[in-house]
Amino acid sequence: MIKKAKITVLLKEQILDPQGKAVLKGLQSLGFGEVTDVRQGKVFYLHLESPKSRSELEEELRKMTHKLLANPIMENFKIEFLE
Amino acid sequence: MKTVAVIVFPGSNCDEDALSALAGLGFSPKRVWHDDKKLSGIDAVILPGGFSYGDYLRCGAIARLSPIMDAVEEFARSGGKVLGICNGFQILAERGLLPGALLRNRDLHFICKTVGVRVENTRTPFTSQCKKGQILHLPIAHMEGNYTLDLERLEELEAKQQVIFRYTSDKGQMSEDANPNGSLHHIAGVSNETHNVVGLMPHPERVIDKLLGGEDGKWIFDSLKAA
Repeated sequence: MIKKAKITVLLKEQILDPQGKAVLKGLQSLGFGEVTDVRQGKVFYLHLESPKSRSELEEELRKMTHKLLANPIMENFKIEFLE
Repeated sequence: MKTVAVIVFPGSNCDEDALSALAGLGFSPKRVWHDDKKLSGIDAVILPGGFSYGDYLRCGAIARLSPIMDAVEEFARSGGKVLGICNGFQILAERGLLPGALLRNRDLHFICKTVGVRVENTRTPFTSQCKKGQILHLPIAHMEGNYTLDLERLEELEAKQQVIFRYTSDKGQMSEDANPNGSLHHIAGVSNETHNVVGLMPHPERVIDKLLGGEDGKWIFDSLKAA
């Protein structure tokens, strides 16, 4: 039974990420010249109690993401099952 | 006398300014709590500025799910006049009643200053008394005012005259410098396709009295009065 899902939400590639840019500048000023770009996102861990199948749950999680966790105009997301 | 509802969400903080601006300009203002389910006897709705739900998740993302928003949506979809100011604009965009989204400001600063705002379309209930191209001086106070929309839909928006306000310099010129937050096409406010729902990031309710630094906000309220 799936107990935990991880949903990662990131700004779409073509959208400017000022936070990511600020973090990049920070890393570079610390001397980490290997970093050429940073994109900052959000991670949600959802604890689940449900008899539903994996594919049914994935569908539910997709709906949750579309309805609340991510704004599809500006963000992409990835759903992973843990445990 | 027109009755205008001002919706108050947990975290709204510009509701009092909106209510007192309305009262002072000859409207009958009505404070409506976000938990209420009905709107009745209302001529227009204002979603005020502030930090509804602390801007948690995304600005306006949780407020758009408040019980009152079903009534606001029904009112909007049946042609009712709705004005979203700052956080109110963010809530309307999250709800899908206005196109696009408001991202974090390009320079990552919370910007609090008076800006030039050009009226692009006078065929809305909130700009009918203005002249096309008129420059208003309105204050902005936001961290997430960077308007975005995918380029295809943005072209459609322009073609359908849904861009209502654009940022300009003090003297009315558009430029990257005059754009405080990086908004695409310098957009400061938009409307829906039928032009009855308008959202803008600047605060007209803060400049309705010379004593407070300006009166340009009156143009928007006078338009509503005449609507």
